[in-house]
Amino acid sequence: MVTNQSQHISQQFEKELQDIRSQVLAMGGMVEQQVQNAMEALMNGDADLARAVIASDEDVNKLEIQIDEECIQIIAKRQPTASDLRLVTGILKTITDLERIGDESVRIARMALNLSEKDRPKKNYRELSALGTQVRSNLSNALDAFARFDVETALLVAKEDRDVDAEYESIVRQLVTYMMEDPRSITRVIDMIWSARSLERIGDHVHNVCEHVIYLVEGKDVRHLSAEKMEEVVKARKE
Amino acid sequence: MKTENETKEYSTMNSQEKTPPIRVSASQARSGEAREALLMANESIKIVVNDLNLYYGNDQALKNINLQIPEKRVTAFIGPSGCGKSTLLRCFNRMNDLVDSVSITGDMLMDGQEINAPGVNVSELRRQVGMVFQKPNPFPKSIYENVAYGLRLQGVNDRSTLDKVVEKSLKGAALWDEVKDRLHESAMGMSGGQQQRLVIARAIAIEPEVILLDEPASALDPISTLKIEELINELKNDYTIVIVTHNMQQAARVSDYTAFMYMGELIEFGATDQLFTNPNNKQTEDYITGRYG
Repeated sequence: MVTNQSQHISQQFEKELQDIRSQVLAMGGMVEQQVQNAMEALMNGDADLARAVIASDEDVNKLEIQIDEECIQIIAKRQPTASDLRLVTGILKTITDLERIGDESVRIARMALNLSEKDRPKKNYRELSALGTQVRSNLSNALDAFARFDVETALLVAKEDRDVDAEYESIVRQLVTYMMEDPRSITRVIDMIWSARSLERIGDHVHNVCEHVIYLVEGKDVRHLSAEKMEEVVKARKE
Repeated sequence: MKTENETKEYSTMNSQEKTPPIRVSASQARSGEAREALLMANESIKIVVNDLNLYYGNDQALKNINLQIPEKRVTAFIGPSGCGKSTLLRCFNRMNDLVDSVSITGDMLMDGQEINAPGVNVSELRRQVGMVFQKPNPFPKSIYENVAYGLRLQGVNDRSTLDKVVEKSLKGAALWDEVKDRLHESAMGMSGGQQQRLVIARAIAIEPEVILLDEPASALDPISTLKIEELINELKNDYTIVIVTHNMQQAARVSDYTAFMYMGELIEFGATDQLFTNPNNKQTEDYITGRYG
């Protein structure tokens, strides 16, 4: 169990594990900021902010490689077992998802850049704003769950991905009607659809992060399970 | 934190898993549920230990051990020095008889026969249950004679029979190709790793049913160690193997089941794949991850 409070006999190993954990949180903070800035750039037609998001992706990529390398070093030198092993493999997977979230933010930022050169529609892309807020809050909660090894929160966030998917569906339906009503809006609306799609994908990656948290804390593999089944598996221990 | 009682399930985490992993907590091991769990996984049981207590004089070295050793599988005993794992191993062929002050209570059954019963022929028991020690101990004889020794003791002197057994045993111990041209040279001239495999060849020459390995690779270099581990993997097709090791990675690599012992108690017994990724017991977790208790 990762909630294990006792310390490793090897202080160096203890420190190495602490290090990768805090770096994952740092990386999480970076992509959270990316998502937020990308959405702001989209809503406000802020081209400079959009460019900043695109530029910041390099830092996220570098951090991914660095954490990856440190995990590999730990596996090679320490041969971690049990909760330590789950922590290291959980981190390896988590950072892949975080990096993808960064990539999706960059996509949104590119759309924001495209759209910033076009006329602003009356609604100012507010259709996407609710979805963006929800996804960002899920990401933030998933990172909290990781930081505190909090399975309850992870389960909760994983469940909320269904709302994200439903919201995405409804946005797409709405945007399709726009295109039918006014074919001149098609180019712009397609960019919006891409952005919504990216937000939905971010939601999926957040869901994956929650699965990794559950695995590294409980040792239970809850991938590819429905939300109900997932909860059932996690709660099984508490009978 | 999970307690013993909360880990009763022989749980499958996930419906996609093909075979349910076996989870046995200390309380189950004590209550005999471990056997049930093993049977669930279609294992036949070679040795059953019930409520075993062992004392060296007044010091209790083994406390209420309940354990089932599955047949033709590798079972590893791990635990810190002095936890009783070697003592337990030595019970299986009554090596503890050689220590005067030892007293034992409880049952220890191999194929349903009590190992410690007064009528048991200890020599015959030790033929059935071979043992290999930490330091290779070949006799100061030729390679050939080392392997043939057990058979000669049994009165077998027929040359062609001996030739066959020596070749088969050396092949079984993955040593034949290295020594076939110098079978009549002294075994003392072999490397440590070769000597250890020779000792294993000597053990399997008399066709035991169980092989006990007490730290068989701890005095060997990494390559020889890998050869021994490879050999263990081969041997389990024909023999039930119990191994004591301080090298947890080795236990993880070679064994199918692992028993973690601490201060004379069996703390956790379970499928190795499970025990090393998600142990039930915090003491097991602390030990295999190298933490302070």
